[in-house]
Amino acid sequence: MAYGPKVIDHFNNPRNVGSFDKGDQSVGTGVVGAPECGDVMKLQLKINSQNIIEDAKFKTFGCGSAIASSSLATEWVKGKSVDEALQIKNTDIVNELALPPVKIHCSVLAEDAIKAAIEDYKKKQE
Amino acid sequence: MRLPIYLDNNSTTPLDPRVLEAMMPFLTEKFGNAASRSHAFGWETEEAVEKSRASIAKLIGANLKEIVFTSGATESINIALKGAAEMYAEKGNHIITAATEHKATLDSAKYLEKHGCTVTYLPVDKFGAVSPEQVKAAITEKTILISLMHANNEIGTIHPIEEIGKIAKEAGVLFHVDAAQTAGKISIDVEKMGIDILSISAHKMYGPKGVGGLYVRRTNPRVRLSPVVHGGGHERGFRSGTLNVAGIVGFGKAAELCSQEMAQEAVRVSALRDKLKNALFSQLDELFLNGDPIKRLPNNLNISFAFVEGEALMMGLKEVAVSSGSACTSASLEPSYVLKAMGVGEELAHTSIRFGLGRFTTAEEVDFVIEKVVGVVKKLRDMSPLYEMAKEGIDLKSVQWTTH
Repeated sequence: MAYGPKVIDHFNNPRNVGSFDKGDQSVGTGVVGAPECGDVMKLQLKINSQNIIEDAKFKTFGCGSAIASSSLATEWVKGKSVDEALQIKNTDIVNELALPPVKIHCSVLAEDAIKAAIEDYKKKQE
Repeated sequence: MRLPIYLDNNSTTPLDPRVLEAMMPFLTEKFGNAASRSHAFGWETEEAVEKSRASIAKLIGANLKEIVFTSGATESINIALKGAAEMYAEKGNHIITAATEHKATLDSAKYLEKHGCTVTYLPVDKFGAVSPEQVKAAITEKTILISLMHANNEIGTIHPIEEIGKIAKEAGVLFHVDAAQTAGKISIDVEKMGIDILSISAHKMYGPKGVGGLYVRRTNPRVRLSPVVHGGGHERGFRSGTLNVAGIVGFGKAAELCSQEMAQEAVRVSALRDKLKNALFSQLDELFLNGDPIKRLPNNLNISFAFVEGEALMMGLKEVAVSSGSACTSASLEPSYVLKAMGVGEELAHTSIRFGLGRFTTAEEVDFVIEKVVGVVKKLRDMSPLYEMAKEGIDLKSVQWTTH
Protein backbone atom coordinates (compact mmCIF):
# COMPACT_ATOMS: atom_id res chain seq x y z
CA MET A 1 0.00 0.00 0.00
CA ALA A 2 1.45 3.34 -1.00
CA TYR A 3 0.67 5.81 1.77
CA GLY A 4 1.01 9.56 1.97
CA PRO A 5 3.75 11.18 4.08
CA LYS A 6 1.42 11.91 7.03
CA VAL A 7 0.46 8.26 7.49
CA ILE A 8 4.11 7.27 7.29
CA ASP A 9 5.07 9.95 9.82
CA HIS A 10 2.41 8.82 12.32
CA PHE A 11 3.36 5.19 11.76
CA ASN A 12 7.06 5.80 12.31
CA ASN A 13 6.58 8.29 15.16
CA PRO A 14 3.25 7.45 16.75
CA ARG A 15 2.01 10.08 19.22
CA ASN A 16 0.71 9.21 22.67
CA VAL A 17 1.21 5.44 22.65
CA GLY A 18 0.44 3.86 25.98
CA SER A 19 -2.21 3.18 28.59
CA PHE A 20 -3.85 4.85 31.57
CA ASP A 21 -5.28 2.93 34.50
CA LYS A 22 -8.73 2.02 33.22
CA GLY A 23 -10.03 1.93 36.80
CA ASP A 24 -9.29 5.67 37.22
CA GLN A 25 -12.54 7.67 37.55
CA SER A 26 -11.21 10.40 35.26
CA VAL A 27 -10.29 7.99 32.46
CA GLY A 28 -12.64 6.94 29.68
CA THR A 29 -11.62 3.84 27.71
CA GLY A 30 -12.90 2.91 24.27
CA VAL A 31 -11.98 -0.39 22.61
CA VAL A 32 -13.36 -0.84 19.10
CA GLY A 33 -12.82 -3.26 16.25
CA ALA A 34 -12.12 -6.99 16.33
CA PRO A 35 -9.02 -9.17 15.90
CA GLU A 36 -10.73 -11.18 13.11
CA CYS A 37 -11.23 -7.97 11.16
CA GLY A 38 -7.55 -7.11 11.47
CA ASP A 39 -7.91 -3.98 13.57
CA VAL A 40 -8.54 -3.19 17.22
CA MET A 41 -8.12 0.31 18.66
CA LYS A 42 -7.93 1.19 22.33
CA LEU A 43 -8.28 4.91 23.01
CA GLN A 44 -8.11 6.34 26.52
CA LEU A 45 -8.99 9.91 27.48
CA LYS A 46 -8.17 11.64 30.76
CA ILE A 47 -10.96 14.14 31.34
CA ASN A 48 -11.09 16.83 34.07
CA SER A 49 -14.08 18.15 36.00
CA GLN A 50 -14.59 20.93 33.41
CA ASN A 51 -15.09 18.20 30.77
CA ILE A 52 -11.78 19.07 29.09
CA ILE A 53 -9.67 16.24 27.67
CA GLU A 54 -6.32 16.74 29.41
CA ASP A 55 -4.51 13.76 27.98
CA ALA A 56 -5.00 10.88 25.56
CA LYS A 57 -3.31 7.55 24.94
CA PHE A 58 -3.80 4.80 22.39
CA LYS A 59 -2.79 1.31 21.49
CA THR A 60 -3.74 -0.12 18.10
CA PHE A 61 -3.53 -3.51 16.44
CA GLY A 62 -3.95 -2.84 12.75
CA CYS A 63 -2.43 -1.69 9.52
CA GLY A 64 -0.45 1.50 9.04
CA SER A 65 -3.49 3.65 8.44
CA ALA A 66 -5.25 2.30 11.54
CA ILE A 67 -2.21 3.21 13.64
CA ALA A 68 -1.97 6.64 12.00
CA SER A 69 -5.73 7.31 12.42
CA SER A 70 -5.62 6.57 16.15
CA SER A 71 -2.37 8.49 16.64
CA LEU A 72 -3.91 11.53 14.94
CA ALA A 73 -7.10 11.18 17.01
CA THR A 74 -5.10 11.42 20.25
CA GLU A 75 -3.39 14.57 18.99
CA TRP A 76 -6.66 16.18 17.99
CA VAL A 77 -8.68 15.47 21.13
CA LYS A 78 -6.09 16.78 23.58
CA GLY A 79 -7.20 20.12 25.02
CA LYS A 80 -10.66 19.86 23.48
CA SER A 81 -13.88 19.73 25.48
CA VAL A 82 -15.84 16.49 25.37
CA ASP A 83 -18.45 18.13 23.16
CA GLU A 84 -15.81 19.41 20.75
CA ALA A 85 -14.17 15.97 20.57
CA LEU A 86 -17.52 14.44 19.67
CA GLN A 87 -17.61 16.73 16.61
CA ILE A 88 -14.55 15.05 15.07
CA LYS A 89 -15.70 13.21 11.96
CA ASN A 90 -14.00 10.30 10.26
CA THR A 91 -13.92 12.35 7.05
CA ASP A 92 -11.69 14.91 8.83
CA ILE A 93 -9.22 12.11 9.51
CA VAL A 94 -9.47 10.82 5.92
CA ASN A 95 -8.69 14.31 4.59
CA GLU A 96 -5.86 15.03 7.00
CA LEU A 97 -4.09 11.71 6.37
CA ALA A 98 -5.08 11.40 2.68
CA LEU A 99 -6.29 7.85 3.30
CA PRO A 100 -7.04 5.78 0.20
CA PRO A 101 -10.70 4.65 -0.20
CA VAL A 102 -9.89 1.08 0.88
CA LYS A 103 -8.68 2.42 4.26
CA ILE A 104 -11.66 4.62 5.13
CA HIS A 105 -12.84 2.07 7.70
CA CYS A 106 -9.73 2.90 9.76
CA SER A 107 -10.92 6.48 10.15
CA VAL A 108 -14.42 5.28 11.07
CA LEU A 109 -12.85 3.14 13.76
CA ALA A 110 -10.95 6.13 15.16
CA GLU A 111 -14.15 8.20 15.33
CA ASP A 112 -15.91 5.27 17.02
CA ALA A 113 -13.06 4.96 19.51
CA ILE A 114 -13.40 8.62 20.56
CA LYS A 115 -17.15 8.18 21.03
CA ALA A 116 -16.71 4.92 22.95
CA ALA A 117 -14.11 6.44 25.28
CA ILE A 118 -16.33 9.44 26.04
CA GLU A 119 -19.33 7.19 26.61
CA ASP A 120 -17.29 5.12 29.06
CA TYR A 121 -16.22 8.28 30.90
CA LYS A 122 -19.81 9.54 31.11
CA LYS A 123 -20.98 6.21 32.51
CA LYS A 124 -18.33 6.42 35.21
CA GLN A 125 -19.59 9.83 36.28
CA GLU A 126 -23.20 8.64 36.78
CA MET B 1 24.78 -5.49 1.30
CA ARG B 2 22.21 -3.70 -0.89
CA LEU B 3 18.88 -2.53 0.48
CA PRO B 4 16.04 -3.31 0.19
CA ILE B 5 16.53 -7.04 0.67
CA TYR B 6 14.44 -9.28 -1.56
CA LEU B 7 12.80 -12.07 0.44
CA ASP B 8 9.76 -12.72 -1.74
CA ASN B 9 11.13 -15.47 -3.97
CA ASN B 10 7.89 -17.46 -3.82
CA SER B 11 6.33 -14.58 -5.72
CA THR B 12 8.99 -14.23 -8.35
CA THR B 13 12.76 -14.65 -8.62
CA PRO B 14 15.37 -12.36 -10.11
CA LEU B 15 16.76 -13.27 -13.50
CA ASP B 16 20.04 -15.14 -13.13
CA PRO B 17 22.75 -13.16 -15.00
CA ARG B 18 23.74 -16.37 -16.83
CA VAL B 19 20.15 -16.63 -18.09
CA LEU B 20 20.17 -13.06 -19.36
CA GLU B 21 23.45 -13.73 -21.13
CA ALA B 22 21.92 -16.73 -22.93
CA MET B 23 18.88 -14.66 -23.91
CA MET B 24 20.65 -11.57 -25.24
CA PRO B 25 21.41 -12.81 -28.77
CA PHE B 26 17.73 -13.70 -29.16
CA LEU B 27 16.68 -10.19 -28.15
CA THR B 28 19.07 -8.73 -30.72
CA GLU B 29 20.44 -10.37 -33.86
CA LYS B 30 18.72 -13.77 -33.60
CA PHE B 31 15.17 -12.57 -34.06
CA GLY B 32 13.81 -15.18 -36.48
CA ASN B 33 10.40 -16.78 -36.10
CA ALA B 34 10.99 -20.33 -34.91
CA ALA B 35 8.20 -21.46 -37.22
CA SER B 36 9.94 -20.07 -40.33
CA ARG B 37 11.15 -23.25 -42.02
CA SER B 38 12.31 -21.52 -45.19
CA HIS B 39 15.44 -19.65 -44.06
CA ALA B 40 18.37 -19.59 -41.66
CA PHE B 41 16.79 -16.99 -39.34
CA GLY B 42 14.06 -19.47 -38.49
CA TRP B 43 16.39 -22.48 -38.37
CA GLU B 44 18.67 -20.98 -35.74
CA THR B 45 15.81 -19.97 -33.44
CA GLU B 46 14.07 -23.31 -33.90
CA GLU B 47 17.27 -25.07 -32.91
CA ALA B 48 17.55 -22.90 -29.78
CA VAL B 49 13.93 -23.61 -28.86
CA GLU B 50 14.47 -27.35 -29.19
CA LYS B 51 17.60 -27.19 -27.04
CA SER B 52 15.56 -25.42 -24.34
CA ARG B 53 12.81 -28.00 -24.65
CA ALA B 54 15.36 -30.72 -23.95
CA SER B 55 16.71 -28.88 -20.86
CA ILE B 56 13.23 -28.49 -19.41
CA ALA B 57 12.34 -32.12 -20.18
CA LYS B 58 15.51 -33.23 -18.40
CA LEU B 59 14.65 -31.19 -15.29
CA ILE B 60 11.40 -33.14 -14.80
CA GLY B 61 12.36 -36.54 -16.22
CA ALA B 62 10.31 -36.17 -19.41
CA ASN B 63 10.85 -36.60 -23.14
CA LEU B 64 11.44 -33.37 -25.03
CA LYS B 65 8.41 -34.03 -27.26
CA GLU B 66 6.23 -33.83 -24.16
CA ILE B 67 7.00 -30.16 -23.42
CA VAL B 68 4.69 -27.40 -24.67
CA PHE B 69 5.70 -23.76 -24.28
CA THR B 70 3.14 -21.33 -22.88
CA SER B 71 3.11 -17.82 -21.43
CA GLY B 72 3.44 -19.07 -17.85
CA ALA B 73 2.03 -21.42 -15.24
CA THR B 74 -1.36 -19.68 -15.21
CA GLU B 75 -1.83 -20.43 -18.89
CA SER B 76 -0.48 -23.97 -18.48
CA ILE B 77 -2.97 -24.63 -15.69
CA ASN B 78 -5.82 -23.20 -17.78
CA ILE B 79 -4.92 -25.53 -20.66
CA ALA B 80 -4.64 -28.51 -18.31
CA LEU B 81 -8.04 -28.05 -16.70
CA LYS B 82 -10.10 -26.62 -19.56
CA GLY B 83 -8.33 -28.72 -22.19
CA ALA B 84 -8.88 -31.97 -20.28
CA ALA B 85 -12.49 -31.13 -19.43
CA GLU B 86 -13.33 -30.50 -23.06
CA MET B 87 -11.34 -33.38 -24.51
CA TYR B 88 -12.64 -35.98 -22.06
CA ALA B 89 -16.21 -34.66 -21.75
CA GLU B 90 -17.60 -37.95 -23.05
CA LYS B 91 -15.75 -39.91 -20.38
CA GLY B 92 -16.88 -37.78 -17.46
CA ASN B 93 -17.20 -34.33 -16.01
CA HIS B 94 -15.79 -34.58 -12.49
CA ILE B 95 -12.58 -32.86 -11.37
CA ILE B 96 -10.85 -33.21 -8.01
CA THR B 97 -8.72 -30.40 -6.63
CA ALA B 98 -7.98 -28.81 -3.25
CA ALA B 99 -9.17 -25.72 -1.40
CA THR B 100 -5.65 -24.28 -1.15
CA GLU B 101 -4.75 -24.39 -4.84
CA HIS B 102 -3.54 -21.32 -6.71
CA LYS B 103 -6.26 -19.06 -8.11
CA ALA B 104 -5.32 -20.19 -11.65
CA THR B 105 -6.63 -23.64 -10.71
CA LEU B 106 -9.55 -22.54 -8.55
CA ASP B 107 -10.83 -19.99 -11.03
CA SER B 108 -10.46 -22.41 -13.96
CA ALA B 109 -12.39 -24.98 -11.91
CA LYS B 110 -15.11 -22.45 -11.12
CA TYR B 111 -15.34 -21.59 -14.82
CA LEU B 112 -15.75 -25.28 -15.64
CA GLU B 113 -18.48 -25.62 -13.02
CA LYS B 114 -20.45 -23.04 -15.01
CA HIS B 115 -19.97 -25.21 -18.09
CA GLY B 116 -21.26 -28.54 -16.84
CA CYS B 117 -18.42 -29.88 -14.71
CA THR B 118 -18.66 -30.85 -11.08
CA VAL B 119 -15.63 -30.10 -8.93
CA THR B 120 -14.60 -31.50 -5.56
CA TYR B 121 -12.49 -29.06 -3.54
CA LEU B 122 -10.77 -31.28 -0.99
CA PRO B 123 -10.28 -29.77 2.46
CA VAL B 124 -6.73 -29.73 3.81
CA ASP B 125 -5.25 -30.71 7.16
CA LYS B 126 -3.72 -28.26 9.64
CA PHE B 127 -0.48 -28.23 7.66
CA GLY B 128 -2.26 -27.49 4.40
CA ALA B 129 -2.03 -30.91 2.75
CA VAL B 130 -4.55 -33.33 1.28
CA SER B 131 -3.92 -37.03 1.87
CA PRO B 132 -3.84 -39.79 -0.76
CA GLU B 133 -6.78 -41.41 1.07
CA GLN B 134 -8.88 -38.26 0.63
CA VAL B 135 -8.13 -38.22 -3.08
CA LYS B 136 -8.97 -41.91 -3.43
CA ALA B 137 -12.28 -41.48 -1.61
CA ALA B 138 -13.27 -38.56 -3.84
CA ILE B 139 -12.85 -40.45 -7.14
CA THR B 140 -16.09 -41.39 -8.89
CA GLU B 141 -16.71 -43.09 -12.22
CA LYS B 142 -17.18 -39.61 -13.67
CA THR B 143 -13.77 -38.35 -12.54
CA ILE B 144 -11.52 -37.31 -15.41
CA LEU B 145 -8.86 -35.22 -13.69
CA ILE B 146 -7.08 -34.72 -10.37
CA SER B 147 -5.32 -31.36 -10.16
CA LEU B 148 -3.07 -30.57 -7.22
CA MET B 149 -0.12 -28.35 -6.55
CA HIS B 150 3.24 -29.95 -5.79
CA ALA B 151 3.93 -27.34 -3.10
CA ASN B 152 1.83 -24.45 -1.88
CA ASN B 153 2.96 -20.95 -2.78
CA GLU B 154 1.99 -19.36 0.55
CA ILE B 155 2.91 -21.93 3.15
CA GLY B 156 5.31 -24.18 1.24
CA THR B 157 3.68 -27.47 2.21
CA ILE B 158 4.58 -30.29 -0.19
CA HIS B 159 1.87 -32.73 -1.29
CA PRO B 160 2.50 -36.51 -1.38
CA ILE B 161 2.53 -36.47 -5.20
CA GLU B 162 3.96 -39.94 -5.78
CA GLU B 163 1.31 -41.64 -3.63
CA ILE B 164 -1.47 -39.65 -5.26
CA GLY B 165 -0.01 -40.43 -8.70
CA LYS B 166 -0.36 -44.16 -7.95
CA ILE B 167 -3.99 -43.72 -6.96
CA ALA B 168 -4.71 -41.74 -10.12
CA LYS B 169 -3.09 -44.40 -12.27
CA GLU B 170 -5.01 -47.24 -10.59
CA ALA B 171 -8.27 -45.38 -11.13
CA GLY B 172 -7.42 -44.45 -14.72
CA VAL B 173 -7.78 -40.74 -13.92
CA LEU B 174 -5.45 -38.09 -15.35
CA PHE B 175 -3.20 -36.35 -12.83
CA HIS B 176 -2.20 -32.70 -13.31
CA VAL B 177 0.41 -31.16 -11.00
CA ASP B 178 0.98 -27.43 -10.61
CA ALA B 179 4.73 -27.35 -10.09
CA ALA B 180 5.19 -23.58 -10.31
CA GLN B 181 6.80 -23.49 -6.86
CA THR B 182 8.81 -26.71 -7.06
CA ALA B 183 10.31 -27.00 -10.55
CA GLY B 184 13.97 -26.15 -10.19
CA LYS B 185 13.78 -26.17 -6.39
CA ILE B 186 13.14 -29.81 -5.52
CA SER B 187 13.38 -32.88 -7.70
CA ILE B 188 10.52 -33.83 -10.00
CA ASP B 189 10.27 -37.08 -11.94
CA VAL B 190 7.06 -37.34 -13.93
CA GLU B 191 7.56 -41.09 -14.45
CA LYS B 192 8.24 -42.01 -10.84
CA MET B 193 5.54 -39.66 -9.57
CA GLY B 194 2.87 -40.82 -12.03
CA ILE B 195 2.21 -37.32 -13.37
CA ASP B 196 0.32 -36.95 -16.65
CA ILE B 197 0.28 -33.16 -16.99
CA LEU B 198 2.56 -30.66 -15.25
CA SER B 199 2.60 -26.86 -15.20
CA ILE B 200 5.82 -24.86 -14.78
CA SER B 201 6.77 -21.20 -14.76
CA ALA B 202 10.16 -19.80 -15.78
CA HIS B 203 10.17 -16.73 -13.53
CA LYS B 204 9.98 -18.79 -10.34
CA MET B 205 13.28 -20.48 -11.22
CA TYR B 206 15.44 -17.47 -12.08
CA GLY B 207 14.20 -17.33 -15.67
CA PRO B 208 12.26 -14.55 -17.38
CA LYS B 209 8.61 -13.65 -16.87
CA GLY B 210 6.06 -14.38 -19.57
CA VAL B 211 7.12 -17.92 -20.36
CA GLY B 212 6.15 -21.26 -18.93
CA GLY B 213 5.79 -24.89 -19.82
CA LEU B 214 3.25 -27.63 -19.88
CA TYR B 215 4.29 -31.26 -19.76
CA VAL B 216 1.79 -33.48 -21.55
CA ARG B 217 2.40 -37.24 -21.32
CA ARG B 218 2.72 -38.98 -24.71
CA THR B 219 2.76 -42.62 -23.70
CA ASN B 220 0.94 -44.73 -21.13
CA PRO B 221 -1.45 -42.97 -21.51
CA ARG B 222 -1.21 -40.54 -24.42
CA VAL B 223 -2.85 -37.42 -23.02
CA ARG B 224 -4.83 -35.19 -25.33
CA LEU B 225 -5.95 -31.68 -24.43
CA SER B 226 -8.18 -29.30 -26.35
CA PRO B 227 -6.38 -26.02 -27.00
CA VAL B 228 -7.43 -22.83 -25.25
CA VAL B 229 -5.60 -20.50 -27.65
CA HIS B 230 -6.37 -21.27 -31.30
CA GLY B 231 -4.31 -20.22 -34.28
CA GLY B 232 -1.42 -21.42 -36.38
CA GLY B 233 -1.10 -24.83 -34.77
CA HIS B 234 2.20 -24.19 -33.01
CA GLU B 235 3.36 -26.55 -30.27
CA ARG B 236 1.66 -29.51 -31.96
CA GLY B 237 -1.67 -27.74 -31.73
CA PHE B 238 -1.63 -27.50 -27.94
CA ARG B 239 -0.86 -23.79 -27.94
CA SER B 240 -0.87 -21.58 -31.01
CA GLY B 241 1.07 -18.35 -31.25
CA THR B 242 4.55 -17.37 -32.38
CA LEU B 243 7.05 -18.69 -29.88
CA ASN B 244 8.63 -16.29 -27.39
CA VAL B 245 12.10 -17.41 -28.44
CA ALA B 246 14.18 -15.23 -26.10
CA GLY B 247 11.94 -16.19 -23.18
CA ILE B 248 12.12 -19.87 -24.08
CA VAL B 249 15.93 -19.74 -24.38
CA GLY B 250 16.05 -18.11 -20.93
CA PHE B 251 13.68 -20.72 -19.55
CA GLY B 252 15.89 -23.47 -20.97
CA LYS B 253 19.05 -21.96 -19.50
CA ALA B 254 17.31 -21.53 -16.12
CA ALA B 255 16.26 -25.18 -16.20
CA GLU B 256 19.77 -26.30 -17.11
CA LEU B 257 21.23 -24.33 -14.17
CA CYS B 258 18.62 -25.75 -11.82
CA SER B 259 19.39 -29.31 -12.93
CA GLN B 260 23.05 -28.72 -12.11
CA GLU B 261 22.73 -26.67 -8.91
CA MET B 262 19.36 -27.52 -7.37
CA ALA B 263 20.60 -30.14 -4.91
CA GLN B 264 23.31 -27.97 -3.31
CA GLU B 265 21.15 -24.87 -3.49
CA ALA B 266 18.32 -26.54 -1.57
CA VAL B 267 20.77 -27.44 1.21
CA ARG B 268 22.18 -23.91 1.41
CA VAL B 269 18.84 -22.11 1.20
CA SER B 270 17.07 -24.36 3.68
CA ALA B 271 19.93 -23.84 6.16
CA LEU B 272 19.45 -20.06 5.88
CA ARG B 273 15.68 -20.49 6.18
CA ASP B 274 16.11 -22.61 9.33
CA LYS B 275 18.48 -20.05 10.77
CA LEU B 276 15.87 -17.33 10.22
CA LYS B 277 13.13 -19.48 11.71
CA ASN B 278 15.11 -20.56 14.77
CA ALA B 279 16.34 -17.05 15.52
CA LEU B 280 12.84 -15.55 15.32
CA PHE B 281 11.29 -18.29 17.45
CA SER B 282 13.99 -17.96 20.09
CA GLN B 283 13.85 -14.16 20.30
CA LEU B 284 10.06 -13.62 20.11
CA ASP B 285 7.13 -15.27 21.88
CA GLU B 286 3.67 -16.04 20.49
CA LEU B 287 4.85 -17.04 17.00
CA PHE B 288 3.07 -19.70 14.98
CA LEU B 289 4.58 -21.55 12.04
CA ASN B 290 2.16 -21.92 9.13
CA GLY B 291 2.58 -25.00 6.96
CA ASP B 292 4.31 -28.32 7.43
CA PRO B 293 7.41 -28.11 9.65
CA ILE B 294 9.26 -30.74 7.60
CA LYS B 295 7.55 -31.44 4.28
CA ARG B 296 7.93 -27.92 2.92
CA LEU B 297 9.77 -25.97 0.23
CA PRO B 298 13.41 -25.37 1.18
CA ASN B 299 13.06 -21.61 0.63
CA ASN B 300 9.73 -20.89 2.31
CA LEU B 301 8.95 -19.68 5.82
CA ASN B 302 5.49 -18.50 6.86
CA ILE B 303 4.96 -17.24 10.40
CA SER B 304 2.03 -15.64 12.21
CA PHE B 305 3.30 -12.93 14.55
CA ALA B 306 0.33 -12.89 16.92
CA PHE B 307 -1.03 -9.46 17.93
CA VAL B 308 0.84 -7.64 15.14
CA GLU B 309 -1.06 -6.90 11.94
CA GLY B 310 0.79 -8.07 8.82
CA GLU B 311 0.64 -4.89 6.78
CA ALA B 312 1.88 -2.80 9.68
CA LEU B 313 4.72 -5.27 10.14
CA MET B 314 5.64 -4.96 6.47
CA MET B 315 5.50 -1.17 6.73
CA GLY B 316 7.95 -1.38 9.61
CA LEU B 317 10.14 -3.72 7.55
CA LYS B 318 10.51 -1.29 4.70
CA GLU B 319 14.04 -2.46 3.90
CA VAL B 320 12.81 -6.05 3.47
CA ALA B 321 10.49 -7.25 0.71
CA VAL B 322 8.16 -9.97 2.03
CA SER B 323 4.45 -10.70 1.64
CA SER B 324 1.55 -11.19 4.01
CA GLY B 325 -1.67 -13.16 4.29
CA SER B 326 -3.25 -10.13 5.91
CA ALA B 327 -6.43 -8.78 4.37
CA CYS B 328 -4.97 -5.29 4.43
CA THR B 329 -2.53 -6.28 1.72
CA SER B 330 -5.22 -7.49 -0.65
CA ALA B 331 -7.83 -5.59 -2.58
CA SER B 332 -10.54 -7.92 -1.28
CA LEU B 333 -10.02 -7.16 2.44
CA GLU B 334 -10.25 -10.90 3.06
CA PRO B 335 -7.34 -12.64 4.72
CA SER B 336 -5.57 -15.54 3.03
CA TYR B 337 -7.93 -18.31 1.89
CA VAL B 338 -5.07 -20.78 2.21
CA LEU B 339 -4.58 -20.10 5.92
CA LYS B 340 -8.36 -20.12 6.40
CA ALA B 341 -8.64 -23.54 4.74
CA MET B 342 -5.98 -24.88 7.13
CA GLY B 343 -8.05 -23.75 10.09
CA VAL B 344 -5.81 -20.80 11.00
CA GLY B 345 -8.08 -18.25 12.72
CA GLU B 346 -8.62 -14.94 10.98
CA GLU B 347 -7.00 -13.10 13.88
CA LEU B 348 -3.79 -15.06 13.18
CA ALA B 349 -4.14 -14.94 9.39
CA HIS B 350 -3.97 -11.14 9.64
CA THR B 351 -0.58 -11.44 11.33
CA SER B 352 1.12 -13.78 8.86
CA ILE B 353 4.27 -13.00 6.93
CA ARG B 354 5.78 -15.11 4.14
CA PHE B 355 9.56 -15.09 3.78
CA GLY B 356 10.76 -16.49 0.46
CA LEU B 357 14.51 -17.04 0.30
CA GLY B 358 16.38 -17.71 -2.89
CA ARG B 359 19.54 -18.35 -4.86
CA PHE B 360 20.86 -14.86 -4.17
CA THR B 361 19.96 -14.63 -0.47
CA THR B 362 23.05 -14.26 1.73
CA ALA B 363 23.74 -15.07 5.39
CA GLU B 364 24.42 -11.37 5.98
CA GLU B 365 20.96 -10.50 4.65
CA VAL B 366 19.34 -13.10 6.89
CA ASP B 367 21.13 -11.64 9.94
CA PHE B 368 19.88 -8.18 9.02
CA VAL B 369 16.32 -9.46 8.57
CA ILE B 370 16.35 -11.25 11.94
CA GLU B 371 17.39 -8.06 13.72
CA LYS B 372 14.83 -5.94 11.86
CA VAL B 373 11.90 -8.32 12.35
CA VAL B 374 12.59 -8.74 16.06
CA GLY B 375 12.81 -4.96 16.52
CA VAL B 376 9.67 -4.14 14.56
CA VAL B 377 7.58 -6.90 16.15
CA LYS B 378 8.60 -5.72 19.63
CA LYS B 379 7.80 -2.11 18.78
CA LEU B 380 4.39 -2.96 17.32
CA ARG B 381 3.55 -5.27 20.21
CA ASP B 382 4.31 -2.42 22.59
CA MET B 383 1.53 -0.53 20.87
CA SER B 384 -0.82 -3.50 20.42
CA PRO B 385 -3.85 -3.55 22.75
CA LEU B 386 -4.18 -7.27 22.07
CA TYR B 387 -0.66 -8.07 23.24
CA GLU B 388 -1.31 -6.02 26.37
CA MET B 389 -4.57 -7.88 27.04
CA ALA B 390 -2.97 -11.27 26.40
CA LYS B 391 -0.16 -10.41 28.82
CA GLU B 392 -2.77 -9.40 31.43
CA GLY B 393 -4.15 -12.90 31.06
CA ILE B 394 -7.35 -11.91 29.27
CA ASP B 395 -8.68 -14.61 26.95
CA LEU B 396 -9.17 -12.68 23.71
CA LYS B 397 -11.75 -15.21 22.54
CA SER B 398 -13.98 -14.33 25.51
CA VAL B 399 -14.03 -10.60 24.70
CA GLN B 400 -17.14 -9.08 23.11
CA TRP B 401 -15.66 -7.32 20.08
CA THR B 402 -17.45 -4.72 18.07
CA THR B 403 -17.17 -6.25 14.61
CA HIS B 404 -17.36 -3.86 11.73
